[in-house]
Amino acid sequence: MQTGYFGEFGGAFIPEILHETFRRLTEAYETARADPAFWNEYLRLMENYSGRPTPLTFAENLSRRFDRRIYIKREDLNQTGAHKANNVMGQGLLMRRMGKTRAIAETGAGQHGMACATMAARMGFECTIYMGAEDVERQRSNVFWMERLGATVVPVTSGSRTLKDAVNEAMRDWVGSMDNTHYVLGTACGAHPFPAMVSWFQSIIGHEARQQILAAEGRLPTHVYACVGGGSNAMGIFQGFLDDPRVHLVGVEAGGKGLASGRHAARLASGTGVVGVAQGYKTFFLQNDDGQMLDTHSVAAGLDYVGVSPILAHLHASGRIRCEAASDREVLDALQLLMRQEGLIPALESSHAVAQAFKELPTLPPEAVVIINLSGRGDKDIFTIADALEDPGWRRYIRKKAAEYSVSEA
Amino acid sequence: MSPTSLEIHIRARLAEQATDHPILLMSHLVLGHPSLEENRRVIAAMADNGVDLMELQIPFSEPIADGPVIAQANQSALDHGFRVEEGLAFIGETVRRHPQIPFLIMTYFNILLARGVERFIRTAAELGVRGLIIPDLPPQEAAAAMAACREFGKGNLDWIQLLTPTSTDERLGYIGERAAGFCYCVARKGVTGKRTDFDASLRHFITRCRAVTSTPLAVGFGVKRPEDVDALRGVADIAVVGTAAMEHHAAGGAAAVGTFFGELSRGRRTAATV
Repeated sequence: MQTGYFGEFGGAFIPEILHETFRRLTEAYETARADPAFWNEYLRLMENYSGRPTPLTFAENLSRRFDRRIYIKREDLNQTGAHKANNVMGQGLLMRRMGKTRAIAETGAGQHGMACATMAARMGFECTIYMGAEDVERQRSNVFWMERLGATVVPVTSGSRTLKDAVNEAMRDWVGSMDNTHYVLGTACGAHPFPAMVSWFQSIIGHEARQQILAAEGRLPTHVYACVGGGSNAMGIFQGFLDDPRVHLVGVEAGGKGLASGRHAARLASGTGVVGVAQGYKTFFLQNDDGQMLDTHSVAAGLDYVGVSPILAHLHASGRIRCEAASDREVLDALQLLMRQEGLIPALESSHAVAQAFKELPTLPPEAVVIINLSGRGDKDIFTIADALEDPGWRRYIRKKAAEYSVSEA
Repeated sequence: MSPTSLEIHIRARLAEQATDHPILLMSHLVLGHPSLEENRRVIAAMADNGVDLMELQIPFSEPIADGPVIAQANQSALDHGFRVEEGLAFIGETVRRHPQIPFLIMTYFNILLARGVERFIRTAAELGVRGLIIPDLPPQEAAAAMAACREFGKGNLDWIQLLTPTSTDERLGYIGERAAGFCYCVARKGVTGKRTDFDASLRHFITRCRAVTSTPLAVGFGVKRPEDVDALRGVADIAVVGTAAMEHHAAGGAAAVGTFFGELSRGRRTAATV
């Protein structure tokens, strides 16, 4: 009866009106999962449309610097520049199977929304993206692309006007539109089957990485690092190594201004997350004594979320994975080091994995082989990253640009 | 299951109306929105103007089953510092002040979990609350909560089931078997606060509900005018009024809420005497 649990985490805590919708989705997902033709179709699509398999790049200069062998899994090279493509294209294929014609999605910084908008454009679906009003203000460039791709972007003004409110609003839309609409949830969270389904699509990362490291090194990695917001890229790469207990799997959460400051999004690493139920599933949430969700903080919008994948919660509780937090400051330093050493421009989210690896590398045994999952690229986030780095040239440019606009519109 | 005290109360209230098609009014409000003091005035105005049952919503930061108006009210109550402990004390006071009205708590499961599910339900029973409406805890997850209601409520605290038109007959049957007090029927595909069509599809849905439970049926969502209440006569036993009352409150305070319910229940009495 109680399906979709991972240890004590997960489940489907949804309004009754969505019960049948989730039942049908679960059925469609299970049927697709049991059908090798579906996965083959998915692999072909990702090869053809998103350049998969993505490389496992040997980080020559960093390896020399740290005197350990360091590899980087290049999810930044996907269509739209992040692992999000794996999930949206998989769910798009599933939508076709279910005969749905309209995609809705929540988005925080806009990465998932943008990925979903490209999927909808490619597959010929209508598309509505819910985005916190505050995020719409902060992430104009992604809103611009979503709209240009044909999606309707709805600013959400309820609650704290950020990602979790966008999730709630997308659920409200779905309650009224489920006949023709599929909710393309962006991460391995939410009610069953989403955590399992999203993790399945993202497992493509881990499958590739395992083959690639075996080909390159003839052995498994000793350590794998991935950032954890909702947790889908971490679930993706970890699944390649879950059954190999000697591979250390490290999930890196947003340490924000530091765990002691309370201004972070470290649900697992901080030890202050409490098991609860919200947004359809049971996991560790950052909440107060009354059970109200707290505001979270991170320099990386994609990690700034109050819950975490129930599957990761289970892997954390059972000791299979280790969870750490990297602070905003450490992340900005890591981002610059990776750029200068390897010429790679990581997203702020992915830089958390990089930062934690850099912290640990000097203490690892000399024979360590490390994989860092570079879940997304940063050049598309130029506004955010230039802001975070307080780049003076960029500020001058924006001021000049703003002045030009105010003249031309006057 | 034999009728609980809430069901017996509802049946008796229905029998008091001298008509073939009696109907009760159930109102809804969000605690702490805009303040507990204002809640107190609104509840008094509702009680004075013919409201038969009341749902008191304990605010939650993630109200996924509520429409934008009520969701916003949840957030505003929290922004003004609402605490659950205070809310429960207020509920106790309200129950004592209006002993003729059955009060129900509506909230989300995490509020119960944070306090401890058993402890929350024991508190509700001690306060004299007559029912719990928890829209994000589906029946297959609610066995322990339902058992706690029976244990601590001793027939006076019901776990209210929700029936929806999207459920299959099999699913309705599964839920109907667990019904106590009354069932809350969600009248449309959609969330609270949008216009409901009281049409043939509603009648068909209610017929399906009647087939799975003998408890009274409350129909929620979309009641805005006396005609909407009349349209539910002979279909449902209880008309639920939520968002519309909040809109009246925003426009004219507690007095406007009283006037609004006065109109809804006067329409009811007129029809009863015809």
